[in-house]
Amino acid sequence: MKKLCILLLAICYLQLAGYSQSDKYVAAMKTNLALFDSTGSIPDYIALSNTFARIGDAEKTQWLPYYYAGLALSTEGWTSKTIDKDANSTQILAFTDKAQALTTDSSDLSEINDLRNMAYVQQLLVDPATRFMSYGKDASMALKAAMDLNPNNPRSYYLEGMSLFNKPANFGGGKDKAKVAFQKALDLYNIATPKSLYPNWGKQQTVDMLAKCQ
Amino acid sequence: MRKLYIILLFIVSAQWVTAQTTVVSGRVTDTKKKPMRGVSVTIIGTYDGATTDSLGEFVFTTTEKGAKILTASIADYKDDDHPVTIIPGQALKIDFTLKESLSELKAVIVTAGSFAAGDSKRGSVMSSIDIATTAGSNADISSALKTLPGTQQIGEQEGLFVRGGEGYETKQYIDGTLVNNPYYSSVPDIAQRGRFSPFLFKGTVFSTGGYSALYGQALSSVLLLESIDLPEKTEINASITPLVVGLGMQHLAKNKKSSWGFDYDYVNVGLYFAIVKQTPDYFRLPQFHNGDANFRIKTKHGGMIKYYTTFSYSDLGLRRPDVDTPNYKNAFALNNHNWYNNLSYRENLGKGWKMNLGTSFSTNLDNINQQVEDSADQPKQFDTATSYFMQAKNFTVQSLQNLFQVKAVFEKKITGISSFRFGSEYWYAYNKPIFNDTLHKQIDNYTAYFAEASIFLTNEIAAQIGVRAEHSSLINQSDIAPRISLAYKTGKDAQISMAYGTFYQKPEAMQLYYNTNIGFTKATHYIINYQYLNPQRIFRVEAYYKKYDALVSQVPYGPDFYSYDLAGNGYAQGLDVFFRDKKTIKNFDYWISYSYIDSKRQFLNYPSMIQPDFVATHTASIVTKRFFTKIKSGVNLTYSWASGRPYYDIMLNPSNKYFINAQGTTPDYNSLNFSAEYIPSIGKKNPRTFIVLFASMTNVLGQNQVYGYHYSYYGTSRQAIEPPAPRFYFIGCFLSWGVDRTQDAIDNNL
Repeated sequence: MKKLCILLLAICYLQLAGYSQSDKYVAAMKTNLALFDSTGSIPDYIALSNTFARIGDAEKTQWLPYYYAGLALSTEGWTSKTIDKDANSTQILAFTDKAQALTTDSSDLSEINDLRNMAYVQQLLVDPATRFMSYGKDASMALKAAMDLNPNNPRSYYLEGMSLFNKPANFGGGKDKAKVAFQKALDLYNIATPKSLYPNWGKQQTVDMLAKCQ
Repeated sequence: MRKLYIILLFIVSAQWVTAQTTVVSGRVTDTKKKPMRGVSVTIIGTYDGATTDSLGEFVFTTTEKGAKILTASIADYKDDDHPVTIIPGQALKIDFTLKESLSELKAVIVTAGSFAAGDSKRGSVMSSIDIATTAGSNADISSALKTLPGTQQIGEQEGLFVRGGEGYETKQYIDGTLVNNPYYSSVPDIAQRGRFSPFLFKGTVFSTGGYSALYGQALSSVLLLESIDLPEKTEINASITPLVVGLGMQHLAKNKKSSWGFDYDYVNVGLYFAIVKQTPDYFRLPQFHNGDANFRIKTKHGGMIKYYTTFSYSDLGLRRPDVDTPNYKNAFALNNHNWYNNLSYRENLGKGWKMNLGTSFSTNLDNINQQVEDSADQPKQFDTATSYFMQAKNFTVQSLQNLFQVKAVFEKKITGISSFRFGSEYWYAYNKPIFNDTLHKQIDNYTAYFAEASIFLTNEIAAQIGVRAEHSSLINQSDIAPRISLAYKTGKDAQISMAYGTFYQKPEAMQLYYNTNIGFTKATHYIINYQYLNPQRIFRVEAYYKKYDALVSQVPYGPDFYSYDLAGNGYAQGLDVFFRDKKTIKNFDYWISYSYIDSKRQFLNYPSMIQPDFVATHTASIVTKRFFTKIKSGVNLTYSWASGRPYYDIMLNPSNKYFINAQGTTPDYNSLNFSAEYIPSIGKKNPRTFIVLFASMTNVLGQNQVYGYHYSYYGTSRQAIEPPAPRFYFIGCFLSWGVDRTQDAIDNNL
């Protein structure tokens, strides 16, 4: 009886230890994900990226921390005027490589490819005239891969819309084509039921862009 | 039992007791003691850590305890690990110093004396498309490079005249091996185009001096062309213009590991000359047939085998007034066959070793007939006793030039990003000119050994040290040529670079027919430059001093005869400035080049140290390009200006000494060149047909250009050397049909 009690308690202890481990992960992820949506002062995205990278390095088996580490750098890349875009995108791509190695699920890989698309677009914008051939091609290949891997990923259509919106109409872009892509994205956002911690950004941006396309 | 239960509960609940926290803080600086922000400091294996702020400081709390490793890391720097023992409650203060990691992408580049062009090259000043779209170039590589500083605006002769050097002091290499005939055969006073299209190459390095030990036999400069690897997709292309029509195909294998292709084009100026009058009287309208073929194979370990062959046939004949006798004419007829082959193989040998093998074979046959004719276009003969110099203008030459070469370069990566290269090359040159039925024959076995080390001490300091040893059997001479370059990074996008080297070159074939005891001509270069380069702006200023220690000079022995020796010498010194800006004005890209040169030499028949007739003291170019996205068109304008060039009439006095009978300076050179392209298929997703419409005009303002003067034998009259027509017009339509690998329609039909 004594032995059984000890055994049971040992099992309980181990269970608790294991449970509190993933609890710690979820809690840390939730806390940091909340910083992405903060409406107060602009967060330090570099620090946020480092925090996610830390979680990823400690966990070793989770792709999401690396994905968000890349996403934080990508957000910094869109807003900062001083950051070295080439170096920043190289880092984002390094994070997508790490994330890609840790999952084989096609909807996960679709999200990762959307992130790769953003990294390439940021590099393209450094010198569009010279770079549209090289980085432009990489960006559209990444976006196509994202759509093939998960045709219901709303973020892919949001990014497609952004690309069309910024391209001149006689180059195959324009507001009308962008509107179609944004509408498709919005429809998919409305029926999406993302798992906890999984990427679900972009709905508000899509709504804002649709307004610009009217 | 109850005691045990309580003890066990205590153990379990101990888990819920908040562990004691420790504060970890510190500062991160670089090796220059500057604080670094954005550095991630982490206790390895845990979530605990922080990012440094603008003062380089970090602070965080941890519940970890015991032996841990605290690490600081940020991209492009080596991680710094500090083993620590965390005692709960006892604050920990750790400072880090981060060392930059050696990275090929960040390291300083040795740039003294060289301009890189190409899409993948770091520090490129021009891209491959730039060479094709620069107004005035008409897609000729040499013409596009004449908008860079250090080159002369020579219009009457082909070649790149670099920093006081003759055109033959610049040599061209494709994939490492020398090109014997890079230009179409010479026609008096009309500069010829290069034989190779810029679209064959993915990268160009134009060296204006101080180049690597891997190359030699060029006193002034080398143009290193790197051919493209596999094409993007299978494509058929066609060109339709009033001057040239062409058709070609590049086929990419389904597994994307190999490709083959061929091209043919035919040039006939008949239609163009009927519309645009030319000064010379063409009795045989210029025609060119060009065909080429290639294959490329990617090897298992990431290497590449490339073969390129091109065959060309050209024919033309033109008459110009004779300078000595006003009613007479000089009829020049040229017929050329040229066949060039280049096979290269680059491979990764494993363990950090790389190999580059190249072999090339070319044969060139010129059939030249030069004849003095009277006003009725009938040939005239002259008595050599009374009019040797007139009869000397009647001649035929059948000149055969063969060159076979092999070259091997091995490269090994040593510590960090430093590397060591060594290798050897062998050229077999066979020249057989038959001049008026007199056969000359010249064979040269040229061998060279070279070794070079690229040493990166840090990302800021690099040195390239090399040596080249050469031997020519024809002149029976050897030499050893050291080459040293240094580069030092002064700021994020700025650096200083220096180069020193000695350069040897065999005298020209013509000069060696009569006397092979001459030896190598020699030049020593000293170059220093400052460069600021980022994707939007480039600024570069370079100063150089070039000493020509040995040059060929003519030794006269009678009014019309001379031999050669190596008593000539000279110098060239100057300043070159280059500025390019793609950012300031939207969709507008421009660059400005300026060169100042002070050069004198005593060579060939120059009686003393004088400024050569191919050197203008000031040269400047402004190149502009503007793309109008709304109409999918680009407009390019180039303005080139050079101060006047000296011209001389050198004669021989009765005591067998050369003297200057007449001299002067030509007017300044001015030319405004225009080109435009319209690309309707741009921006379309996977267009079936890709079209480019192109138009260009040189010398838009019709400015008068005089390159020099031909003087008559007795110096009493002269002719201005001018372009054959004031302007050159060109329009063309270039089409390509790409085959998407997923649509095999064209493939099946072929």
